[in-house]
Amino acid sequence: MSSSFEWEKPLIELEERIKELKDFIVEQNIDFSAELGELERKADELRKSIYERLTPWQRVLMARHPKRPTTLDYIKMLFDDFIELKGDRTYRDDKAIVGGIGIFNGEPVTVVGHQKGRDTKENIARNFGLPHPEGYRKALRLMKQAEKFGRPIITLIDVVGAYPGIEAEQRGQGLVIAECIEQMSFLRVPILCVITGEGGSGGALAIGVGDRVLMLEHAWYSVISPEMCANILWKDSSRASESASLLKLTPTDLMKFKMIDDVVTEPLGGAHRDHEVTAAQLRASMKRHLAILKKIPIEQLVEQRLERYRQIGHFQEKIITETLSNINNFNDIDSELDCEVDEANE
Amino acid sequence: MLRVFRNRPKFATVKVNKEQPKKGLPDNLWKRCDQCASMIYNKELAKTLNVCSECGYHFRISAKERLGLMVDEGSFEPFVPLVSKNPLNFPGYEAKIEKAREETGLDDAIIIGTAKINGFSTVIGIIDFSFMGGSMGSVVGEQLTRGFEYAIEHQLPVVTFSGGGGGARMHEGIFSLMQMAKTSQARGKHHRAGLLYISVLTHPTMGGIYASFASLGDIIIAEPGALIGFAGPRIVEETTRQKLPTGFQTAEFALENGMLDLIVNRSEMKDYIGRLLTYHARDEVV
Ligand SMILES: [Zn+2]
Repeated sequence: MSSSFEWEKPLIELEERIKELKDFIVEQNIDFSAELGELERKADELRKSIYERLTPWQRVLMARHPKRPTTLDYIKMLFDDFIELKGDRTYRDDKAIVGGIGIFNGEPVTVVGHQKGRDTKENIARNFGLPHPEGYRKALRLMKQAEKFGRPIITLIDVVGAYPGIEAEQRGQGLVIAECIEQMSFLRVPILCVITGEGGSGGALAIGVGDRVLMLEHAWYSVISPEMCANILWKDSSRASESASLLKLTPTDLMKFKMIDDVVTEPLGGAHRDHEVTAAQLRASMKRHLAILKKIPIEQLVEQRLERYRQIGHFQEKIITETLSNINNFNDIDSELDCEVDEANE
Repeated sequence: MLRVFRNRPKFATVKVNKEQPKKGLPDNLWKRCDQCASMIYNKELAKTLNVCSECGYHFRISAKERLGLMVDEGSFEPFVPLVSKNPLNFPGYEAKIEKAREETGLDDAIIIGTAKINGFSTVIGIIDFSFMGGSMGSVVGEQLTRGFEYAIEHQLPVVTFSGGGGGARMHEGIFSLMQMAKTSQARGKHHRAGLLYISVLTHPTMGGIYASFASLGDIIIAEPGALIGFAGPRIVEETTRQKLPTGFQTAEFALENGMLDLIVNRSEMKDYIGRLLTYHARDEVV
């Protein structure tokens, strides 16, 4: 897979020309600084015009970029002295989910996250980042361990979906996801969730219930992948670029829907262009939110967490009058939320 | 995820001729069994609760029919009806809902309220496949949540039939995904209040419904042959490029793998649930 996208081609070419010119300047020791400045100015403009107008589908592709930082990359950059802890103590160690304890901002925290591979070999070992039930059982085990020792939990989410396999079904994929969601909801420690890449359905939510949900700029989060959505709508997964727009899966949409609490800015062109800068942005957001969470008494925190999800939904109470039972007569009981969504959709 | 619930359980798939019934067997009098292809007289089916008398195949029944089979006569009190909105402005969603309402006479994919089962007060929620595949959007999520909350307030058991659980309702995107968290948490509170939840999985219970409240029963029962799973069989087949084992994702498969407490025939369901309610009865209730 090429590491640049079709829509970036003009920029990539220009960047190559700039590099050539720079090399030429060094070799020949000729002053072309004016020409160089002009090219760099053009590149900046092009960068802005390309990356500030990404379509939802382009963002999905950015989220899947093969050089995008993975959970272990973030762990290396964000947590000191990380110790990986493995296994679900029941069946086996699922390498599509990693977890352990590390130091964040001077204190121990538990980290769990989905783990994609960097190359074919690693991808096979990690099942292309698609977890089996034992992966989620490991995550749950580590999160409960964090609760026991009063450590905050940080989850890094990057999964297109839980693995749809024969053995995964045999070992209770649906049951274990339900269990994760339920148990996380009541854990008596602060939970910070970060959608770093793909937030695909139940496989993402299984480690995605928390007090704050942060999301990287070029990440997506929805109930279904755009390909599967297109497949259902038009029996044609190649129309995923269209369904991606319908699903409202970008951080901008999700902020408006109040599903997430912060969007973490990526370097222009995406996180893969500069891992360190991305991690620094994420670190700042995590620090800020964790500091707020730690001040909230734990009873209250869990209560707020439950209340956050309790409020999600868009429906109306149906009025049934004595004279007329008209389906079009509604008593709007969440008009406030509705207005916000209407605005969001305009 | 959604397309799976149009598939029948593999074990139950027997190739039959797609021919219409012969003359003299009008559609409205006879039904062909999906499993053994027997032609069954509709009046006979009504007597057998829509179970094939030849092979025991459980035909899908509507939520209303299910309610009639499960609760003591005249005891059902429905919750306030809710209707869906279109939070994503998903094209065609309103029309789809409108059509489903007309076809089913339901407000959304669930019937829910309080009822007595063999004299025991319960909250009962039944998902109806014929309403958009029985998928869970904001209305189903909210109604179930209210169900568990009502049950906590009145110290009641909850019984759900998640048959027709096609999973999450795609048209509501992230709002539909979050109903998994909302319903699981409502059940979590109910569980922590020490209250009984019997989850009955009927054909088909898949995706987001299986991966949330329906899996959180103290006791999980299934009807024979029900398709139960997270990912749909076609997706599993396409992803793994493996031949699916016989009976993959059927109730019997789930039972064998330790994911169910028991399988109960439709004709015995009320009796079983009634007995389970007896075992968990509290003095002050009944
Ligand atoms: Zn039959």
